[in-house]
Amino acid sequence: MKEKIGVYICHCGGNISDYVDVEKVRDVVEKEEGVVLSKTTMFACADSAQKEIVNDIKENNLDAIVVASCSPKLHLSTFRNVAERAGLNPYNYVQANIREQCSWAHTDKPKEATEKAIRIVRACVGRVRYSEALEPFTIPAANIALIIGAGVAGMRSAISLADMGTHVYLIEKSHFIGGRVAQMGELFSTDEKGEEIISDLYDEIKKRDKIQLFTGAEVVSVSGSVGDYKAQINIRPRYIVPDCDMNKLKEAIAECKTEIPDEFNFGLTQKKVIYKAYENCRPEIPAIEKDRFNPDQKFLEKYKDCIDLEQKTETLNVNTGTVILSTGFDPYEPEDGEYGYKKAENVITLQQLKRLIELSNGKLEYNNREIKNIVYVYCVGSRQKEGENKYCSRYCCTAAIHAALLCRKKFDSVRGFHLYRDIRTYGKHELLFDEVSRQGDIFFRFNEDESPVVETANGKLQVKFRDILTNNEEVAIEPDLVVLVTGMIPRKDSSTVAGILKTPVGSDKFFNEVHPKLRPVETVIDGMYICGTCQGPKNITESITSSLSAAAKSNSLINKGEIELEPTIIRIDPEACEWCDKCAEICPFDSITKTEYSPDGQKGKTIALVNESTCKGCGMCAPVCPTDAIDIIGYTNNEIESMIDGLIKEV
Amino acid sequence: MEQEKDFVPKILVFSTDKISDPGIDLAGQQHIHYSPSVYFIIVPCSAGVKPRWILRAFNKGFDGVFVAADGTDCPFSADCSEKTGKLVAYSQELMKKEGVNPARLKMAAVCSVCALPFSNHMKNFSKALSGLGNIQSEKYIDPEEKEKQK
Repeated sequence: MKEKIGVYICHCGGNISDYVDVEKVRDVVEKEEGVVLSKTTMFACADSAQKEIVNDIKENNLDAIVVASCSPKLHLSTFRNVAERAGLNPYNYVQANIREQCSWAHTDKPKEATEKAIRIVRACVGRVRYSEALEPFTIPAANIALIIGAGVAGMRSAISLADMGTHVYLIEKSHFIGGRVAQMGELFSTDEKGEEIISDLYDEIKKRDKIQLFTGAEVVSVSGSVGDYKAQINIRPRYIVPDCDMNKLKEAIAECKTEIPDEFNFGLTQKKVIYKAYENCRPEIPAIEKDRFNPDQKFLEKYKDCIDLEQKTETLNVNTGTVILSTGFDPYEPEDGEYGYKKAENVITLQQLKRLIELSNGKLEYNNREIKNIVYVYCVGSRQKEGENKYCSRYCCTAAIHAALLCRKKFDSVRGFHLYRDIRTYGKHELLFDEVSRQGDIFFRFNEDESPVVETANGKLQVKFRDILTNNEEVAIEPDLVVLVTGMIPRKDSSTVAGILKTPVGSDKFFNEVHPKLRPVETVIDGMYICGTCQGPKNITESITSSLSAAAKSNSLINKGEIELEPTIIRIDPEACEWCDKCAEICPFDSITKTEYSPDGQKGKTIALVNESTCKGCGMCAPVCPTDAIDIIGYTNNEIESMIDGLIKEV
Repeated sequence: MEQEKDFVPKILVFSTDKISDPGIDLAGQQHIHYSPSVYFIIVPCSAGVKPRWILRAFNKGFDGVFVAADGTDCPFSADCSEKTGKLVAYSQELMKKEGVNPARLKMAAVCSVCALPFSNHMKNFSKALSGLGNIQSEKYIDPEEKEKQK
């Protein structure tokens, strides 16, 4: 137990001392057991004050300190460093929050605030008396990153990591890279084509020896922990003979008659079973949908130098220091009948419209009908009161308006009628909204409780709605095409990836970061990062920003060859533990296994064993232990209960 | 139960390092007032609060305990609410045995920007506890037990 405690009570220039009588706090706390020194200070975080604390610790041989000031979120690490500079273990420091949770919350009651501050500081003195000197664990780390998903985010992250000296395994489930951006055609706000961006990134990847790209590759298991993850990756074959004669392969494709719906064009067209995602896709080697391919023997014999249906799935085992998830998004697919989707003719999604624009030449046609008037219905599958997607996908307003502008630019006299709930063309994208309005597109606003009705009436496509902007006037339009402006949902298989990696997902089913503002690309699992739209809706700029951030965080963690881990994990009391496996069952990280315990060489017993490199110290196991054998280090029974006692003791 | 005059219930809040405690800090930053008899102990995750700590708080004289849960924002587990709910329910069972009204323990999710919702929780909980009176006056008997005794 600590017996030489120093306590510092901060004025925070008046932020605290205007409401809390800090001198009175000091007078009371001074008499607490174990306290040998107590001072007030104008700004505890100021350089001079920090130096004073360092000197005090050294001169008085203090064995623990408490600083009563602001929230530990601000200065916990500041004062831990102060302790360390004075030769004191940083975990023998406790911060008492008497600003955010006292003076600022009770500016109306200075007397009560002073009393509360006394109790808070006393509780923290009680806690620090039981504090233990802790050392971070140091473990070796491989300077290697595994990136799952080779869309724009994954690729950009890979390039950045390679340039910082990290070896990268970049894996992509599809046989072709580029993810959703490859499908998008011309992009707001630069009008570059998605596939051009993908080709450029691919060229950059090919220039770097440190990046190994695998397509048709899926992660099937991940074990180990930060610095030393072991991933098993399955690589599906393309069924194309490597380095074969491309002209002969082209002949084979021409001769192959079997066609299936083309997912790349969202089912608008058919593709051959021997296919490329699109003409200029990367890698340029075609692949075969083997399950749908039933060629005769003659065909196989003729093209045996190009096609090999005997190729098998290969397994690749890699070691990696970190993992970056960039698995991307799926566009929301409306339910059958939702705004006439798949029920009324000529109702498509925004993503289909973008492909249609790409596939059209001079004239915009759908179902053999020239398109002159388009109705866009916004927020389809987004911001739902009922249903799963409560969030706004934030890119769709701009994307729809940009598509409407593209239609006007590329095809003669195509007019747009936009049915929206709110327009969210944030930032510079507002200029596109101005532009399309100026060009003559018309905007109507509907109430979410009274959604537009899309149906075919008398053989004609019709959209009926009430327009808020004209005093709820009922409006009917007979367009040639209805475009449902759909947002983003997580990739269908991201839940599988989440299951394999044990990365937390939020209620919206996107991957969750530790803190949305302060730690936006880190997950709670050390060495696992998220970037791009697997985390939530983003536009390309935002995806790339997060991918560069994930690359920087990843590299800075592993580039020294070793990693320091927080020692505040859980601890098992071997005497108390009776191994019932309740802790192992509740642990979200599979960090608890069992071991044999025999302290005196006698016949031992089975007890729980904690994996120190995967335990996160969340403490979920502690309340379920029937023999109370689990302590959360830094939050032991002694520490918490002395706080409870300190808080309640009369002043 | 008769209400004591000027009785201000003492509430212990278990807040969480990454989610609810930042929300409570934010209330302070915005100078949102709540009862000065509300005190905090930070834990890593609301599903890691031990029932014995809750009982200790009542034994020592707290009138109410509030678990400011991570809810769906928990960075550790998607089941955090369920797990926290279980330990709260278990603690309430223990409270009944000790003769403490289970209504003195409350749990609600408080997010990292839930400043105003938090202060509202405190307002409502203080009011409810005022109705129950000082913990020292507690002579709670489980209604089921009462029924049995009849």
